[in-house]
Amino acid sequence: MKISRLFKTILMTDFLGGLLMALKEFFRPKKTINYPFEKGKISPRFRGEHALRRYPNGEERCIACKLCEAVCPAQAITIESAQREDGSRKTTRYDIDMMKCIYCGLCEESCPVDAIVQGPNFEFSTETREELYYTKEKLLDNGDRWENILDANIKADNIHR
Amino acid sequence: MEYLSIVFEEIYKILFLLVPVLVSVAMIVWLDRRVWAFVQKRQGPNVVGPFGLLQSLADALKYIFKEMIIPSSSNKVIFILAPIVTMTLALIAWAVIPFGATKVLADINVGILYLFAVSSLGVYGIIMGGWASNSKYPFLGAIRSAAQMVSYEVSIGVIIINVLLCVGSLNLNDIVIAQQSMWFVVPLFPMFVIFFISALAETNRPPFDLPEAEAELVAGYQTEYSGMMYAMFWLGEYANILLMCAMGAILFLGGWLSPLEIFPFTLIPGAIWLILKILLLFFLFALVKAIVPRYRYDQLMRLGWKVFLPFSLIWVVLTASYLFYFNLLPVN
Repeated sequence: MKISRLFKTILMTDFLGGLLMALKEFFRPKKTINYPFEKGKISPRFRGEHALRRYPNGEERCIACKLCEAVCPAQAITIESAQREDGSRKTTRYDIDMMKCIYCGLCEESCPVDAIVQGPNFEFSTETREELYYTKEKLLDNGDRWENILDANIKADNIHR
Repeated sequence: MEYLSIVFEEIYKILFLLVPVLVSVAMIVWLDRRVWAFVQKRQGPNVVGPFGLLQSLADALKYIFKEMIIPSSSNKVIFILAPIVTMTLALIAWAVIPFGATKVLADINVGILYLFAVSSLGVYGIIMGGWASNSKYPFLGAIRSAAQMVSYEVSIGVIIINVLLCVGSLNLNDIVIAQQSMWFVVPLFPMFVIFFISALAETNRPPFDLPEAEAELVAGYQTEYSGMMYAMFWLGEYANILLMCAMGAILFLGGWLSPLEIFPFTLIPGAIWLILKILLLFFLFALVKAIVPRYRYDQLMRLGWKVFLPFSLIWVVLTASYLFYFNLLPVN
């Protein structure tokens, strides 16, 4: 053992250095946030809870093209469609199994009319599995609730698409 | 009736000591977690109560309502007895800790010996728990713990001899009063360092937390414990840590003496000074926990037997010869 090493061991310089560093870090600002009370910033591309959007006049955007159903790698989306009296094709059933969904965002990407989108909400845990089978009503309701943010997010991301 | 009143008086005294100790144990768990988190740039528990101060209370409440599982192949009596022994032993030692010249529950002549004996007995709780669980991880953890605590007990004993040489009495109050001119941390600084490290090993704190090394032993001797029994182990462990800090404060940092015998310091009662010193030592305990990796078992044994024991023995000889040569030996 070298003499210098011996002195280091006896005087515990490495240990004291560590202790000093710990003391310094002790008074530095913290990197974590108080989650339920303050939330981290999320990107406009964030892929959270799904929503079905409407046009400003209240008409559903979805045209039942079933591209999202086809592209969904987890096969979480189920769509049934029918022709409405005015001749337009609309969905009669639009279900997403949120437990199958892997939140890849391909449905959002494939949608030609920006109808199905994934919003910024990531706090939609439930107490039963049944509540996680999202129906068309639930999705449209989500769309109405988050429309402001969804619209802003699509606009913010527009230049990259 | 007279007899009863004496008993009640004693019980009041004991409660007056025990309740603050138990509360401070809970607070100190919070402090430990909080310091640990702060060093790692986290926030730590800060939700329950102001600054999260009531976190330990919430945890204790959770443990109380949890089911106590007793393994079917365990030795049930000893299994249940083990946490009780751990906690009782950690608490009865507080009887001799002086919080002031007269503020001590049991002012016995051999206070330091009693303290030493009780803290040595603490290993029984762990061995009983590990053996009675009848499972391999608790057993290995208990064996490790026993060997570790016995090894470091030896060097702590020798360190205490160092202090006693300078005091000439085993009474804790005498030890504190002997430090009036100078705290023992100054002349016996190397002993203080060794005492601190041995105290870490004695209380199974990192970097010597091998008995509960989660990477290899699941949770050591606590593996089979749950609910309130686990909580009692947990409380006993922290009460022991607090006790070791109190011991360090009394032996080396002048116990309830104020750091300077001048005006603003003398206003503060001795108990507060003792508590502040205990907190300072505990803060160091918590900081060390945050910065060190765990020792290997043979390194731990080497440190205890080949480094600390010879060094503190040599220091005993040095102290004794110094005191003898300069005719400074305390005379009672």
